[in-house]
Amino acid sequence: MNLSFHTNHRLLVSLIFGGFGLLSLGIAVLPAYNVQENNRLLPRQSPLTAAEQRGKDVYIAEGCVGCHTQQVRTIAMDKTWGERPGIPADYATNTRPDLWRQTASILGTERTGPDLTNIGQRQPSIDWHLLHLFNPRMVVAESIMPAYPWLFEEKENPGKHDRVVKLPPEQQKHITGQLVTTRKAEDLVAYLRSLKQPDLPVGIKINFIDFPKSKDKGRELQTVEGKVGDSKAAGGDKDFDGAALIAKGEVLFQARCAACHQGNGEGLAGAFPPLKGSEIVNSEDPSKMIDIILNGYDENEAYGAMPGFAGQLSDEEIASIASYERNSWGNSAPVVEPATVKAIREMIKPPL
Amino acid sequence: MKHFKTAMMFFALLAGPSLLALGTSKDAITNESLFSEGGIIGLIILSLVVVLALIIILLSRIGKLTFDLATRETKTRQQEIDEALETLSESQVDRLISRQNYFKFRVTGDELGGTEKPSDDRGLVSKLVKNLGPRITAEKRKNTTQASIEPEHRRLILGFIVTATFWLVFGSAIGEYLGIKFVAPELDKVSWLSFGRLRPVHTNTVFWGWASLGMIGLGYHVVPRTSNTNLFSYKIGWISLISINLAVILGNICLMAGINNGGGEYREYIWPVALLFATGLALTIYNYYQTIAKRKTTEIYVSNWYIMGAGIWTLILVTIAYLPFYQDGLGETIIQGYLMHQAVGMWFMTFTLGLVYYYLPRALNKPIYSYSLGVLAFWTQMLFYTLIGTHHFLFSPVPWWLQTVAIVFSIGMFIPVTAGTANFLLTIKGSWKMISDSYVLPFLFIGVIFYFVGSSQGSLQAFRFTSVIWHFTDFNVAHSHITMYGIISIFLWGFMYYLMPTITGRNPKEVLVGMHFWLAVIGLLLYVFPLMIGGTLKGLSWLNEEPFISSVVLMVPYWIWRAIGGSFMFLSHIVFAYNVYYMMKGPTLKIDNVK
Repeated sequence: MNLSFHTNHRLLVSLIFGGFGLLSLGIAVLPAYNVQENNRLLPRQSPLTAAEQRGKDVYIAEGCVGCHTQQVRTIAMDKTWGERPGIPADYATNTRPDLWRQTASILGTERTGPDLTNIGQRQPSIDWHLLHLFNPRMVVAESIMPAYPWLFEEKENPGKHDRVVKLPPEQQKHITGQLVTTRKAEDLVAYLRSLKQPDLPVGIKINFIDFPKSKDKGRELQTVEGKVGDSKAAGGDKDFDGAALIAKGEVLFQARCAACHQGNGEGLAGAFPPLKGSEIVNSEDPSKMIDIILNGYDENEAYGAMPGFAGQLSDEEIASIASYERNSWGNSAPVVEPATVKAIREMIKPPL
Repeated sequence: MKHFKTAMMFFALLAGPSLLALGTSKDAITNESLFSEGGIIGLIILSLVVVLALIIILLSRIGKLTFDLATRETKTRQQEIDEALETLSESQVDRLISRQNYFKFRVTGDELGGTEKPSDDRGLVSKLVKNLGPRITAEKRKNTTQASIEPEHRRLILGFIVTATFWLVFGSAIGEYLGIKFVAPELDKVSWLSFGRLRPVHTNTVFWGWASLGMIGLGYHVVPRTSNTNLFSYKIGWISLISINLAVILGNICLMAGINNGGGEYREYIWPVALLFATGLALTIYNYYQTIAKRKTTEIYVSNWYIMGAGIWTLILVTIAYLPFYQDGLGETIIQGYLMHQAVGMWFMTFTLGLVYYYLPRALNKPIYSYSLGVLAFWTQMLFYTLIGTHHFLFSPVPWWLQTVAIVFSIGMFIPVTAGTANFLLTIKGSWKMISDSYVLPFLFIGVIFYFVGSSQGSLQAFRFTSVIWHFTDFNVAHSHITMYGIISIFLWGFMYYLMPTITGRNPKEVLVGMHFWLAVIGLLLYVFPLMIGGTLKGLSWLNEEPFISSVVLMVPYWIWRAIGGSFMFLSHIVFAYNVYYMMKGPTLKIDNVK
């Protein structure tokens, strides 16, 4: 028996095979199996609907994962993409779709475009998603995302069940008849809108870690923990700083509102109304404006529907946004106090 | 007087700024606003010019002084000799003059060869160079070694190399198109050509088409050669070639039609297509194994360790990556990290290293520096590389211990990388002149350099801090091109330029090989540096919590540079394709007989 792998090719090949096989079992197969088996849906998490699942198939087929991640890492810089760091349970709904294709690699490795973990929460408007898919540069001028015109059809006479996409006039010119969605577009938007970080069970909290250590510890604590405290303080009858409110509102506006209403407040003709010069925005009494921000709006035929933000933004945040909008682009109206928002929220709260 | 003036001015300038600082430090605000004024900044710069000039004058004075001091003794000695010479006797003068003649003697150059004209009766000289002045392109040594090779064997190897070259040109054309799309997203609106669908076409084509076919083809030369025997079966080789090519064709059509396995990098082909590739690979590995089994040498040469390792590991890898039983939820992510890294490390890197252990010593015509270092690098490659896949998912919900293991062993990768690099460089040591004489060795040398740089860069990227800045950015794209292009592709070109003339007897045009080399290397550098700089800025922009879109906007100039570098690279591939054609159909080597 020759026990030298320098001269015995059977022994050499067996060592190569066995060594790598064992290492692979230990580092990949067993941990993967373990993670898969110890993974249940969160209490308030629901599996994908049939339409959402079909939308996910489109997401994979078009290679969206090449540029968009779906993972909120535990580091503080990922706070932009979710309320909390991701946990294994968030991915419990991600399973093998059929015999031919395997479980989707949705976590991704490149962030050429934004992370989509929470896109359904961040951007609930169907109209926005449709316009954005048809041509991303209509809503985000600097975007380099590909356009997906093959998810849409041009129809002379749209039928009853067709959803017509409201295009800005200069885009409408290039279309014969009306632009309607295909089922693929509907499904993809349904999937994107379903992407929301599920709530954790009551009482459980996962914090971001402060890495790399921020130089300004105070700032860090304020942004992670301070939300509740802040709105409490501002909700009282203490004086508040109008300029600070507007400054904060600008940041929030760019993050939450500019996608539709655009950074210059001019909106998109035919799709999203302008805030610049708007009567509602400039009105002395802010209650109508706050009502729209809280509960959404779909009464103007000329534009797409706006989703409500009551569940996502605090009183103080809404007050900041409103104040910023009322004092920008030539608009001029009094600053909105957080207490006013609180009062309107209480008033329109559905009876228990 | 002059010295006094200089000293005074110097003093004043030295003291001046500190006086100014004293005067302004009382009021911090004035101080700050003062130094941000253009006029003040200009003045400071102007004074600095004077200070600089003074420093130069001072240094030259000191230099002069020390020179005078140092040569004072010599001067005295000179004077003594001069005086002594005048008192010499007649005979002493004669002896001095005859000594002077010794130094005037020069050889004429024909003492050994005589004055007859040279001739080369045995055909040892392959080319006569008459131009000995400066040249723009270097004169390279032609490859005159002719391997005794079965025509069937030659056809098989060329079959692999030609198809690989086709996929290189096709795959990099796609890559170039995608690079342009970063700055011109409205280039087309055809679903089959959209970025999301073409991106995996690019990566899979250059992976499974170009690099894999190229490596396997070269393996079909190295394995029988180092086993000192014939290939086990030509037929199996051809089936393997067809099967892998078919996989790449079908896989790419599927991807462009929107049929994608799940979006996981390097396993975008659905399993029936991947099975076709795996079958081709398995057949080749079986073929290699049987060839090694009937070898005529006692020892198994270290190249074959690497080649067998690469083949067997990749088969295990592909099987694990495609089996479904542990891939729901985050299980999929763990397997993805494992596959993504091992596809590069266990397949491309390991196989290519095996080829280096044959072709580098062969091109230098001397044995590898240390066989044992090669063996050490082999086993550490297997141990460390296998465990580091999860470093692609740092800070993700994947178990923390897996992430830590991945980081630790990423650092451990310095061991096989340093062992390999040292081994190759020590093999080249003493033959540096050969690099400029050969059109093969520059590729191999640059490949070794990139092997060290690219692999070490990978280790550094796995640190938690660097991952925060660089992960998800274009930095990764730069890294993957340094490794897959700088290491794998550049090595493969070197091997092919060595092998093809040996088996076809046809040398490529040197100017075109040089053009290929420089376009590829300069193109690569133009490609990776902008992406590394831009990637870092992008990461910092995210860290500073700036709006996401600003990180897109800031990348635009860097993406333009990437497209320019990519064009150079693509152009070099066209030249390479022509060289491959020329090495098969061009004229055979003509010996310039010296008359």
